Amino acid sequence: MKFERYGIGIVKGLMVTIRHLLRHPTVSQYPEQRLNTSRRIRGNELIWNREDCTGCGTCAKTCPQGVIRIVTSTNRETNKYVVEEYEIDTGYCIQCGLCVESCPYEALFFSYNYECAKYRRGELVQTKEMMMETPERQVSGYFAPERAEKLPRQTLLVERITEKK
Amino acid sequence: MTLKTEPFMLNMGPVHPSTHGVYRMRATLDGEVVVDIEPVFGYLHRGIEKLAEERTFTGFIPLTDRLDYISSMSNNMAYCMAVEKLAGIEVPERAEYLRVILAEMQRLANHLIAVGSFFNDCGAYFTPFLYMFREREKILDLFEMLSGQRLTYNYMRFGGFSQDVPAEFMPALRKFMGQMPGMVDEFDRFLKQNEVLLARARGVGILTAEQAINCGISGPVLRASGIEWDLRKADPYSIYDRFEFDIPTGEFGDCYDRYRVRVEEMRQSLRIIEQAMDQMPSGPVRSDLPHLVRPPAGEAYTHIESPKGELGFYLVSDDSIAPYRCHIRPTSLINLSALRDMVIGWKVADLILTFGSIDICLGEVDR
Amino acid sequence: MATIGIGINNLGYQQTLPPDWPGGFWWHWLLFMVIIIVCVLILVMAAIYIERRGMGRMQSRLGPNRAGPFGLFQPVADAMKVLLKEDIVPTRADKLVHWLAPVVAFAPVLMIFAVIPFGDGWQLANLNIGILYVVAVSSVATVGVFMAGWGSSNKYSLLGAMRNVAAVVSYEIPLVLAVVGVVMVAGSLSMNQIVLAQDIPFFLIQPLGFLLFFVAGCAEINRSPFDLMEADSEIVAGFHTEYSGMKFAMFYLVEYAEAIAISAIITTLFLGGWRGPLLPPWLWFLIKLIIVFFVMVWTRTTMPRVRIDQLMALAWKFLLPLAVINLLITAVELLFWSDTITWLMVPVNIVIMIVLVVLWSKFFKLGWGKVEV
Repeated sequence: MKFERYGIGIVKGLMVTIRHLLRHPTVSQYPEQRLNTSRRIRGNELIWNREDCTGCGTCAKTCPQGVIRIVTSTNRETNKYVVEEYEIDTGYCIQCGLCVESCPYEALFFSYNYECAKYRRGELVQTKEMMMETPERQVSGYFAPERAEKLPRQTLLVERITEKK
Repeated sequence: MTLKTEPFMLNMGPVHPSTHGVYRMRATLDGEVVVDIEPVFGYLHRGIEKLAEERTFTGFIPLTDRLDYISSMSNNMAYCMAVEKLAGIEVPERAEYLRVILAEMQRLANHLIAVGSFFNDCGAYFTPFLYMFREREKILDLFEMLSGQRLTYNYMRFGGFSQDVPAEFMPALRKFMGQMPGMVDEFDRFLKQNEVLLARARGVGILTAEQAINCGISGPVLRASGIEWDLRKADPYSIYDRFEFDIPTGEFGDCYDRYRVRVEEMRQSLRIIEQAMDQMPSGPVRSDLPHLVRPPAGEAYTHIESPKGELGFYLVSDDSIAPYRCHIRPTSLINLSALRDMVIGWKVADLILTFGSIDICLGEVDR
Repeated sequence: MATIGIGINNLGYQQTLPPDWPGGFWWHWLLFMVIIIVCVLILVMAAIYIERRGMGRMQSRLGPNRAGPFGLFQPVADAMKVLLKEDIVPTRADKLVHWLAPVVAFAPVLMIFAVIPFGDGWQLANLNIGILYVVAVSSVATVGVFMAGWGSSNKYSLLGAMRNVAAVVSYEIPLVLAVVGVVMVAGSLSMNQIVLAQDIPFFLIQPLGFLLFFVAGCAEINRSPFDLMEADSEIVAGFHTEYSGMKFAMFYLVEYAEAIAISAIITTLFLGGWRGPLLPPWLWFLIKLIIVFFVMVWTRTTMPRVRIDQLMALAWKFLLPLAVINLLITAVELLFWSDTITWLMVPVNIVIMIVLVVLWSKFFKLGWGKVEV
């Protein structure tokens, strides 16, 4: 006869739970232990490369939300655009990455850090001075494979837990 | 002398610990027995279908992520397939295999949440929920490695993907596939024969096969009622006809059957991923397209088997860079329409349990 | 074994304190009052800590570990937070009932601890009707819960309070019948006497009674898997939805104090109380108490909760017949084995328990009549 409803299921459940007491908990104590994020992380801020940007405005046209604002003027001697204002309102940005993908000159990147909270909403608008690449603000490897190689490897949960079957 | 009682109206409001999102139910109760329910939704309506007419075809992909925000890859895939059908774009082989792998991983992740929150509604105080979230973390780590984000991926494009997978994706996926079957077996040992669960969910909230077909239900809810209908086999899209897998069905259509169907579907998804990983060729992952796609005028409807049911996109284009009309067949809303029949006559606790077992996502219901 | 306490024994004489007890009756009363209140509060804090850390580890995460070393001050932090909160009373609530409910719920729980022996005769009052007093007093806490549900003028609270009343009233009966079995074997109602009579711990001699008391006890104190009185996922928070501040702290305290009280009673009645070989008696008592409480935490982590009509079915159709049969079998055994407790009763009773549980489970059909399983 099948020993189905006689309490065996409850006992099996209790065994599974008690075995978890002996396993290492899957917890990382932030901010003492930080995990490495993915190399292609679409962080909160964007990084703009002044030398490569030509002011074509492809990123502004591709953005679904319309958060990029570019103002250019022409330089008659070199026959190029001079980018006067380049602003991104990160409050409206949804971090989709279409701007980074569509730039033909690879002048726009995402940033690698994610701890960029601000106190006021006005500070979320980034002008071109705030979008330079600095040692604190690294470039993430989204759509930039050669930059992705240099970033640290992502910590994966599959590698930290080695439970036997 | 009989005691006079009258039914009272309980408002399970938009903010409730157990409705999966902002969903409101006005339940008329007679003591503990449910006499009538009236659903009120629309609290998350964002006008996505109207926004589609103002974004370009490519610019709409991030918005499809936010429809059924728990299974983003499936939404992306359905929309990209609709545009590819409209514009006649070819997808390379490697991209097709990768699409299958990612869709099945997304099905795993979604069913983990569905089963976890089902047990949460049952009252098992977060323990199965946390175990399943631990497994879902592993899947989300892999998705983060590919696309950079954990919930709204925006990874699929027309004709493939935005970037190829990095070199460490395949070894990590193999490690995951080594661990996951053992974990699914452990969940079964924990919960499948639990007497309290059996008493709570067996025979509760029954949806007969006839009612299910009349309401237009799809997905695991339909399969639990005994009907063997899966779009991956009935109307194969992408390259699903190259893989071997079974379709699990239930017997009675109660809450326990829906739970079992989801767990068995997880096992079948693991099978499909194994086969796809072995057969995947190398090659390009994206076909060469301009950034602003301009399909010729016409209309197209594609449907896929998303983890919650049949998700369909109907696109009408008039030869411009934005769709003329985009309509989404909302799986969760149509599945929700059967709730009233399933619940009348049962108690409050069963109302919550049945509602949780349908597994809806409010982003899809309200769009 | 000194009887330190004034009570009227069954011959009608007034018992006196031992001659070297300083101060007399009132100092003894004061000392034990202070000890009980302090001990109960500390034990409740320890219970909260064990529950949160234990449940956390079983759920593959850590419990609280920031407030103090290893999170030991987390209950203190909880208490301070709750004390400093604003006390909100709903406008249409019945003010007096709303205010009085936590008091009525909390006082009986403290009163239970008056008769539990921490050591040989170390009680506030050595009543010779000990266990009857406990059962009577613990029922009063339900009145407090119902007052809370009614006085909140909230439909969710009323639902929770109704469920609670129904459940507690139903589960009193198997609880008391399980206790009667123990009393028959021990021969007295006094808690101290019951502990002294346990040369073999009673959970071996009365395994069915132990199981019944554990299940009925968990149901009385709204503990998972029977915590549908405050089911988080259905009726937001049950009868204490509308409480905040110190009153909520009282209800929180009541929940854990009742859990500790039931664990203490189980230890005294079934596990041998303070008896043990090497360590001092109060330490054995604490160890057994913590083990029983840990088993309660373990079942809370694992099992989903039952529905209200399943709860009532369990009480009336499963526990009550088993309790009556248990009583019958105990009486038969005591009659024919000439009321000496032999070790032979142990395996016989365990076999009878297994047979009865398996047999009775066959009566429970799954599927609610709509589905043939």
